[in-house]
Amino acid sequence: MIRVSLPYHLRTLAGVGAEVELEIEGLVTPEGIIDALEAEYPMLRATMREDATGERRAYLRFFACGEDLSHQPMDLQLPGEVSRGEEIFRIVGAIAGG
Amino acid sequence: MPKVRVLVGTSKGAFVLTSDGKRKKWEVSGPHFGGWEIYHLKGSPADPNRIYASQATDWFGQVIHRSDDGGKTWDTVGNEFVYKGEPGTHQWYDGTPHPWEFKRVWHLEPSLDDPDTVYAGAEDAALFRSTDGGKTWEELPGLREHSTGATWQPGAGGLCLHTIILDPADPKRIYTAISAAGAFRSDDSGESWKPITKGLHSEFLPDPHAEIGHCVHHISMHPSNPEVLFMQKHWDVMRSDDHGEQWHEVSGNLPSDFGFVIDVHAHEPETLYVVPIKSDSEHYPPEGKLRVYRSRSGGNEWEALTKGLPQKDCYHNVLRDAMSVDTLDPCGIYFGTTGGQVYGSNDEGDSWEPIVRDLPRVLSVEAQALL
Repeated sequence: MIRVSLPYHLRTLAGVGAEVELEIEGLVTPEGIIDALEAEYPMLRATMREDATGERRAYLRFFACGEDLSHQPMDLQLPGEVSRGEEIFRIVGAIAGG
Repeated sequence: MPKVRVLVGTSKGAFVLTSDGKRKKWEVSGPHFGGWEIYHLKGSPADPNRIYASQATDWFGQVIHRSDDGGKTWDTVGNEFVYKGEPGTHQWYDGTPHPWEFKRVWHLEPSLDDPDTVYAGAEDAALFRSTDGGKTWEELPGLREHSTGATWQPGAGGLCLHTIILDPADPKRIYTAISAAGAFRSDDSGESWKPITKGLHSEFLPDPHAEIGHCVHHISMHPSNPEVLFMQKHWDVMRSDDHGEQWHEVSGNLPSDFGFVIDVHAHEPETLYVVPIKSDSEHYPPEGKLRVYRSRSGGNEWEALTKGLPQKDCYHNVLRDAMSVDTLDPCGIYFGTTGGQVYGSNDEGDSWEPIVRDLPRVLSVEAQALL
């Protein structure tokens, strides 16, 4: 079981609370988490990654285990603490715009 | 008793203003989609309770919502806007080729007779259509693939398709306007397009009479007189009497012919409304006086409408999609400002009152008469 937190606007769009739980089989990667989120909550489609390239949207950040994983590849295998549900994979709206 | 609903898109959410036919007391609901930038929302002429909304942020991209109960509840629908084929390039601000990239939907235009059919005007400029209530979208690529497409260049707000007009007399005829490519017409349901810019004059172009490159801000049409179009261009208020084949200027005695909005009275096809803005460098009303100008002669002769509007120290703008009329009698007119006011007139513009004063920056206003 994977635990994921979403930024406020995506929580309201999906109608979920502060934390979402997902079941993912096999390797756990940022791409796999977003795939699972979009499958469970279709209204989130293309809100976290660019439609054309599949890359993380520029104003989003991926944090886990105290690390900023935003600039890692989307198929990066995430730490075991994330895949075991001990640590939350945090999708964060970047502070921008004043 | 008829009712009126005014749909307001702002930089921080959507608001729904409702009143009875007197249009004196208003209820305000919202913000819907609080915190999201709502470029436009519009109801279906065939089913006024079917409303489409375009919301977008730089953080999360484009989302489209649909309401089937007049804006009380909303469901997300499709947000997959994919250019057909190999999109190629248009010109960037510096004149270099730049790939076409979908950024957002500026304008939603529901079909005149089918609630499930709706058109979307996008940035970078393209026209999309849904025939399943917004679930899926398909580009009508003939516009973007026009032979001049590679030369189109964005205006300050981006290369946006912001105006879509469906001709009630000819279901195959569609008009679009793009900043800063110009105006286009299709006579075959959007398959092919021709620029309709003869008579336009833009000093900022190397050739002021060029076919492409005019910064058209908005176009309006009266449904009973669909061959006549009125245009607020970057500078100049223009009129065409032949479906856009030829334009002539009708700015007349306006204090400034720069502006964004233009609209036509619901029952008088020769009565027009504009809000003059001082200049392209100073996006606020001349002399700090917020004035709507009305022409009852199809242009050239304009009268200032000031009753109820601030006549000193007003420095807001009125953006291109932020004026609308209702179809009650007398005709109601509404516009929103970048300062967050929405003004309404229930007497054809003779007098105005603020319906709300303190909304976020108003991006769009659409009025619906609920008969």
